[in-house]
Amino acid sequence: MATPDGRRVRPYLATRGRTRPVQDIAIEALVSTTSTGRSAGADPEPERERILRLCHSPRSVAEVAAIVSMPLGVARVLVADLETEGLVRVADPHAAYAGSSEPARNLSVLERVRDGLRRL
Amino acid sequence: MGFVDSEVSGGTHADQDALSVKIVVAGGFGVGKTTFVGAVSEIEPLRTEALMTEASTSVDDLSMLPEKRTTTVAMDFGRITLADDLVLYLFGTPGQNRFWFMWDDITRGAIGAVVLVDTRRLADCFGAIDYVEQRGIPFLVALNAFDGVQEHDAEDVRDALQVGPEVPFVVTDARERESVKTVLVTLVEHAMSLIQQA
Ligand SMILES: Nc1nc2c(ncn2[C@@H]2O[C@H](COP(=O)(O)OP(=O)(O)O)[C@@H](O)[C@H]2O)c(=O)[nH]1
Ligand SMILES: [Mg+2]
Repeated sequence: MATPDGRRVRPYLATRGRTRPVQDIAIEALVSTTSTGRSAGADPEPERERILRLCHSPRSVAEVAAIVSMPLGVARVLVADLETEGLVRVADPHAAYAGSSEPARNLSVLERVRDGLRRL
Repeated sequence: MGFVDSEVSGGTHADQDALSVKIVVAGGFGVGKTTFVGAVSEIEPLRTEALMTEASTSVDDLSMLPEKRTTTVAMDFGRITLADDLVLYLFGTPGQNRFWFMWDDITRGAIGAVVLVDTRRLADCFGAIDYVEQRGIPFLVALNAFDGVQEHDAEDVRDALQVGPEVPFVVTDARERESVKTVLVTLVEHAMSLIQQA
């Protein structure tokens, strides 16, 4: 399990003045290890280290949870921690579209999904 | 997040992040959700679990989870890379009442839902249909072709489920990639038409 002794669990993530609850990270949000995360030495916490290595190619939060074998809620907290420390980037589709329509209600996004499925 | 990237990742910009979207595959146990997801996924369907206590527990209480962890809910999901910058996830989710706590999370921002139905166990999908109807999530009903379900059965099922005429009904074989693709395209087109009508 992913809560080694002494690890802080932040209920809220504050980044550059933006605060959002950890639970708001979408399960499909893509996590990728930043260059800072790549060049940092091995993380002393095995689960964090596994996430950092796994996300050299972007993976959803759900994939992180499944592959590292931890409940979704725990994966979210670890990902949020790593994001705050600049070790991963979280491309949250909802946040990216904040202020405009969300991607699932954006016609050009849906068109691309439809065409992509047809091409499979 | 995208807009803080240039510093933390040394010049990677937000527009290089792929967009991820999702479709929910709902239905009772054994209806074929995992089979459906696996038919089109580029990875073996993965399984993730959420703890039953997560919904009612704030994150501060995570350290207490080992004692509280009583029930987990598993969902199986798959991934389809549609383009360099576009990834579709399919989340197969049990539509049982005691799992609704997970549904807000799974359906938030979803393109829509495929409600899979086994005509021999029709009642298994009632909860899922109620849920997506109430929240205005675009959905279609897909009859999984166990025991040779026929196209004409779809109208009988539509009557039995009492859903509106605008909801697409299709017959599918969850084991067949082409069939599953067609269902997904139909759902996306339905979601598009709902936006165009709005
Ligand atoms: N005949 C037939 N069997 C199916 C079909 N879809 C799934 N199955 C079988 O039904 C069983 C349950 O499917 P599964 O995908 O695990 O259901 P889930 O519980 O909804 O995820 C498996 O043994 C599948 O092989 C189908 O379209 N036709
Ligand atoms: Mg399953």
